[in-house]
Amino acid sequence: MQAILTVANKEFHDGLRNRWLISITLIFALLSIGLTYFGAAASGAVGVTSLSTTVASLASLAVFLIPLIALLLSYDSFVGEQESGTLLLLLTYPLSKSQLLLGKFIGQGGIIALATILGFGASAVLLYFQLGDTDIFSAFGLFIFSAILLGLSFTAISYLISLSVSEKSKAAGFALITWFLFALAFDLALLALLVGVEEGVTQQGLTQLMMLNPTDIFRLVNLAGLESSDINGALAVAINASLSQTQLISALVAWVVLPLTLAIFIFKKKTL
Amino acid sequence: MTIVELKNIAKHYQGVDALQSLDLSLKQGEVLGLFGHNGAGKTTTIKLILGLISPSAGQVRVFGEDPAGDNAHNLRRQLGFLQENVSFYDQMTGMEVLSYFAKLKGCAQKQCTSLLEQVGLSQASSRRVKTYSKGMRQRLGLAQALLGEPKLLLLDEPTVGLDPIAIQDFYNSIAQLKAQGSTVILCSHMLAGIEKYIDRALILGQGKLLAEGSLHELRQQTALPVTFKLQGSNMTIPDTLADKVSHLKEGMQLQVTQQQKMATLQQVMTIPELENIDLHLPSLDDIYMHYMAQIKHVETH
Repeated sequence: MQAILTVANKEFHDGLRNRWLISITLIFALLSIGLTYFGAAASGAVGVTSLSTTVASLASLAVFLIPLIALLLSYDSFVGEQESGTLLLLLTYPLSKSQLLLGKFIGQGGIIALATILGFGASAVLLYFQLGDTDIFSAFGLFIFSAILLGLSFTAISYLISLSVSEKSKAAGFALITWFLFALAFDLALLALLVGVEEGVTQQGLTQLMMLNPTDIFRLVNLAGLESSDINGALAVAINASLSQTQLISALVAWVVLPLTLAIFIFKKKTL
Repeated sequence: MTIVELKNIAKHYQGVDALQSLDLSLKQGEVLGLFGHNGAGKTTTIKLILGLISPSAGQVRVFGEDPAGDNAHNLRRQLGFLQENVSFYDQMTGMEVLSYFAKLKGCAQKQCTSLLEQVGLSQASSRRVKTYSKGMRQRLGLAQALLGEPKLLLLDEPTVGLDPIAIQDFYNSIAQLKAQGSTVILCSHMLAGIEKYIDRALILGQGKLLAEGSLHELRQQTALPVTFKLQGSNMTIPDTLADKVSHLKEGMQLQVTQQQKMATLQQVMTIPELENIDLHLPSLDDIYMHYMAQIKHVETH
């Protein structure tokens, strides 16, 4: 346990030292405060808008940003240390591969989690002062919680990438492709499926397909409770599907645990 | 006490025989030099001892236990390792890097200060590793390997990038560790100057053991000649030595077997015109070249 904490502490401090924490927090805070104020600008109003509009806008923003940031933060975690020779060195220390991986996950996950809480929390506090509505905290609580899970999921996915390639530049390429597939291509494919398949896809089937993509699960968690006028795309179809919030959150947790377990498995098989 | 024992080790990597039937036994306090060309199996041997890989056949024992087994965790506290070309974490200071490794090894933090001093990095300890030269990184690597006073130290190309004084300091620390009872395995391409500090050399070629023994034993095994370089004007060479002499630009060269060394020396000293004498015993370099030439010979036939 001590070893895991030592690694986690080092990774967390790396995140502070490289200005990752401050940058991500600022991006989240500026964008979320901006959206809170100007989210309704398209409909002609400026100022704090409804809670559902705000959460819908934040979720559509976070769904692109969080996976990208998590992938950027962690894609070189292993392949980078492999290139500099420290990975081999670390493995000669009294430290198991799973301890090293979990330590990194806790440290880098901690950076993502803290940035999410501080960045998006800022707009929650702002909204509270404007509206004085305590519902804000439960709505934002769920949003921030699921955003953290989304970030952790992509941190684990980037470990899979980092452990499967032998060069940093390749890992960067794969990270970008992964982001493109999950954040953009998957939904386009779903839309194409909805339009293209004549017999149609059942709501049930669509929801099940969406479980294959953590970004879609994240969207479902955050948009399911909102009025559907704020939602468009393939989501609108699936939104009233039968899955409960608990099931959705469990699916998102599975998207953290499974890639992480697989990453540990790959790491154990890997010879340096 | 036997620290490292390899019994009939073989290791295959993706269709290549990295090591074949290697035996090695290392006693406490010994300093072993591991030499060989690139791809000879030096790094594979080190990785086997570290427990990073398991042998395809044979048995590895370190402190009497399997280094890749269940007790590897405890075993590793007693190991120190430095590999070739480690560049560490650029964004951290030298002190932070060493302190990270000390925590992982469960060593006291105060060791870091004294180790940095020992390798001559005290002045640079609060500078980022990014600003370090190659030699400074290498010295930081050495400090790292020395954490926790390891009983077994494995060093792969430890003197690469070090200046002559730093190399001297390094060999002095090896001698000091040996005096404290540590066992050391040194892997190197740079053979010059290493002879004095190793008890035994092991020469590998293409995954096989070519030779093993102390410098004295290896000299006997290779039967390489002792070379005398004689200087003086119009020297009269005794008849018994005449057939062993070749003329150089300045003076003469005389090559005899190692057994004839003392007798020849006495004879040479009787040459009245002799002004200067230069005696060259087969060095580790010569011995190494001898074995490498043997492999080449086998290859071409």
